[in-house]
Parts: sequence; C-alpha cells; structure tokens
Amino acid sequence: MSNIPSNLRYTKDHEWARLESDGTVVVGITDHAANTLGDITFVDVRVASGAQVTAGALFGTVDSVKAVSDLYAPVDGEVVEVNGELDASPEDVNTDCYGDGWMLRIRPSDAASFERLLTAAQYEAFLKED
Amino acid sequence: MAETSSLQHTPLHDAHVARGAKMVDFGGWHMPLQYEGILAEHRAVRTAVGIFDVSHMGEVDFTGPGALAAVQRLITNDAAKLTDGKAMYTAVCYPDGGIVDDCIVYRHGPENFRIVVNAANIAKDFAHFQEHAGSLCKIENHSDDVALIAVQGPQARGLVARLAGDDALLQVPSFGFAAATLAGAPIVAARTGYTGEDGFELFVEPARAVAVWDALLASGAASIGLGARDTLRLEAKLCLYGNDIDATTNPLEAGLGWVVKLDKRARGDDFVGGEALAQIKARGNTRSLVGFRVTEGKNIARAGADIVDAGGAVVGKVTSGAPALTVGGAVGIAYVPVALSAPGTALTISQRGKTFAAEVVKGPFYRRAEPAA
Repeated sequence: MSNIPSNLRYTKDHEWARLESDGTVVVGITDHAANTLGDITFVDVRVASGAQVTAGALFGTVDSVKAVSDLYAPVDGEVVEVNGELDASPEDVNTDCYGDGWMLRIRPSDAASFERLLTAAQYEAFLKED
Repeated sequence: MAETSSLQHTPLHDAHVARGAKMVDFGGWHMPLQYEGILAEHRAVRTAVGIFDVSHMGEVDFTGPGALAAVQRLITNDAAKLTDGKAMYTAVCYPDGGIVDDCIVYRHGPENFRIVVNAANIAKDFAHFQEHAGSLCKIENHSDDVALIAVQGPQARGLVARLAGDDALLQVPSFGFAAATLAGAPIVAARTGYTGEDGFELFVEPARAVAVWDALLASGAASIGLGARDTLRLEAKLCLYGNDIDATTNPLEAGLGWVVKLDKRARGDDFVGGEALAQIKARGNTRSLVGFRVTEGKNIARAGADIVDAGGAVVGKVTSGAPALTVGGAVGIAYVPVALSAPGTALTISQRGKTFAAEVVKGPFYRRAEPAA
C-alpha cells in the first residue's frame, strides 16, 4: 500500500504539496508515482526561481529506467526554489519522495488554491478507483 | 490495475507472484516487469547470472520430408546452412517485404525444424506459416507445450553445466544446442539470448519448469523481469518486434540485411518477400535503423520521439530509447533518412516540447568483454 501522509495535499497527476509556515508550498511526486516509475534516473525541472507557474501546467519531466512522466504544478504562483540536489541524486525521489525528493517550492498567488487540492483521504480513494 | 483474469499465464506465473514481482500485461500475458528493480537486475545479468521466464514465446514445429523446403519458403535467412543441433536468427516477411516477425530457427533433424516466435505474434505467425508453407510439411503450434527459461550472464553457462552435471554443455557453440537433464527435467539448452551476454535458453516441458527455475534460483541466479530484459537488449542493440521492426518496416532498412539471403532464390529456394526485397535492395533504402547516443545533458530519448531537421521538420522517429545502465548515458534506436545514418552524424531529437542533441553510433552500445567461443 502506498504511503500517503495525512498532512499533505495531492493532485490526480500524483504530485503532493505541503504548505509551509512561511506560506510557500513545497511540491514533489507521491510514493505511488515513484513506485510506479521505478528507478528514477533524471528529474528535469524546466522552471527556475522567479518563474510563474499555473496550476495544471507542465513544469518538467521525471525519467525512470523504464518510462518518462510529466510533472504538473499543483498551484498558481511564483517558483522560489528548485531542488538542485536532484541533479546529482535523482534516486532521492525513490528513497524519500516526501523529504529529500522534493522538487519545487512555490509562493502561491492565491492561498486558497492549496485548499482546493485533494486531501490524503481523497487521493487514497482516487488511487483505489484508478 | 489492468484486469488480469483474461491474461495468459506461463507455467512460472505463480512463482513470480509468490516472489513479489511487479506484474504487467505484456502482449496479452501477465508477466513480471521487475522483482528487485531494473537497475539491480540489469547489473546482475552483466556481472553474474540472471534468469528470465520467456515461456510466453511461441514454438512452431515443422516436420516431414518437406520441412526444410517449408522453412526456406518462410524465412529470409538460409536454413540450408543449418546442421543438426544448430540454430540461426532470421526475419520472416510478408510478400511486400514488411516484417512478420523476427525468429530463431532450430534444426533438430533433417526433417525436423522448430521456429521460436515472439509471444504477441504467435497466432499471426502460425497463420502466416500455414498460408505460405502449409502444403509443404506438417506445421504444429506447440507454444503451450513448451516453457522457456533464459539463463544469461558471465556465470550462466557454468551454472547450467554444473546443475546439469554435464560439462559437454560447455562445448556447445554459439547458436548451437544440446539435450541435457537439469533438476530431473529433460531440457534442451540453446546457446542463444537477448541480453548481449553469453548464456543459454532452456526449453523444458511446462510441468517441470518450476523445478528448473527453483534450482537456478537456489544456486544464486537472480530472477529478471521484462524491464531489465528491455534495457539489456537495447544496450546490445537488439531489435524488439513491435518497437523497432514491424509490418511497415523491411529487414534491409532495419539493419537485418545480414539475415536476408537473396542468393538462395537462385537455387530455387524462393521465399515470401524475396522478390520485394530484391527490388528494394536494387533501388536502395530510403531510411535506416540506427543506434544513437544522447550527447546533450541527461536527456533520455523514448520510443515515439521525433528526429527533426534544422527547421524543426520531422525526418525520423525513435523506436526504442532508455538509459544505458552499463555503459552510461542514454541510448536508443531510430529510423533516420539514409543521409543521416553514418556513424558520427549529429541528430536532433524532439520530445515533449524540448529538443536535444544525439549522435549516430555504430554497432552495439555494449559488448561483453569475453568473445563468444
């Protein structure tokens, strides 16, 4: 069974989002996504700090040995940080997808947009019907 | 999850599930994608020994006085060169030269040949064989009566010989095969494979497959899924039917000209597709299947990506692509115009709204250190 932390929010594209105390949102891909992809070899984040992203818009791709998958921003806002460590250690997404495997930090333009994401219970239900 | 009840199972299916393999639908078969992970499995085959369940592949047997003529009629290679106990790789073509399948032909006797075909093509191939050679000899589909286990890697031949207690197996030449007994099961060990490593493929009756599989596992062989099978075969630049070759491609443009023996037609052994291939050869290919290495960043080209020219127009297509797990970087196979097919030619790949550079590379991306004896 997938690990779906209850303190995070989720998208149907299998990204997770965590609201930090400073109001920024940290983004990565879920345990389910990382497991489905298998050994991850390359995280290609194509936006840099300062870029504007839109919820549902492509921000990069993640390659595993067997497949490539698109990455979508969960909320509108400005990118304030990209996890450059993943260039050297993309396998962090497999080993610690909710920790060292984070990908983006976004300052949302609309704080309420985070609340519109799936809750852990909703994401778990979505996985079951998928 | 895919509905699994309608999928076909090999005799080893329950053993894969019991070991916790991640299972997938592969051409109508419920097969293991991976056990430990593709990276670890790929490495096990390159450095030690891995075993693959390839029982989903098909076996079609040709028997009777017309067996050789029937095989000759169907394959592009020259089966007259086979002696008992020898096998050869070949293409099978349609009358227009398009590829029905790529196969291995085994000569068990002067009137007894077996063709091993790809799993997803069994019904199509059997119908093609009957249509074009059914009047020449008895043709029987024995796919359900044969399990096939590939044992691959630098330790593969030694392991099989030891378990069989039969050092004569070490003398079987490349593309040769011999009968033996392993874990109490009668086997035929063929020195073939699909990984770029040395090894055997073991034909065994379905009821004995688990015993053979378990004996290999107990001796330290790693079980390998389809994921690593694909990364291994790509590094060795071996074609995958359905990706790199299919009915819309011909063996001359696919780099399989070495198994197209047009000269056998002059001896009266014409074959299906022979005339079309002779014409294609006379006028020359318009495109070639080439290997390439990605030369820009950490990009990985995937099947379906476009090859584009300087103006962005699509001129070719990637048919296979993955990280090269042993030699490093990312490699692939693509159809390109003949003018772009020479080794060293720079290619531009367009994928998911992004372009990156690659270079045409000759030959296999990976070659094992020890040449085949």
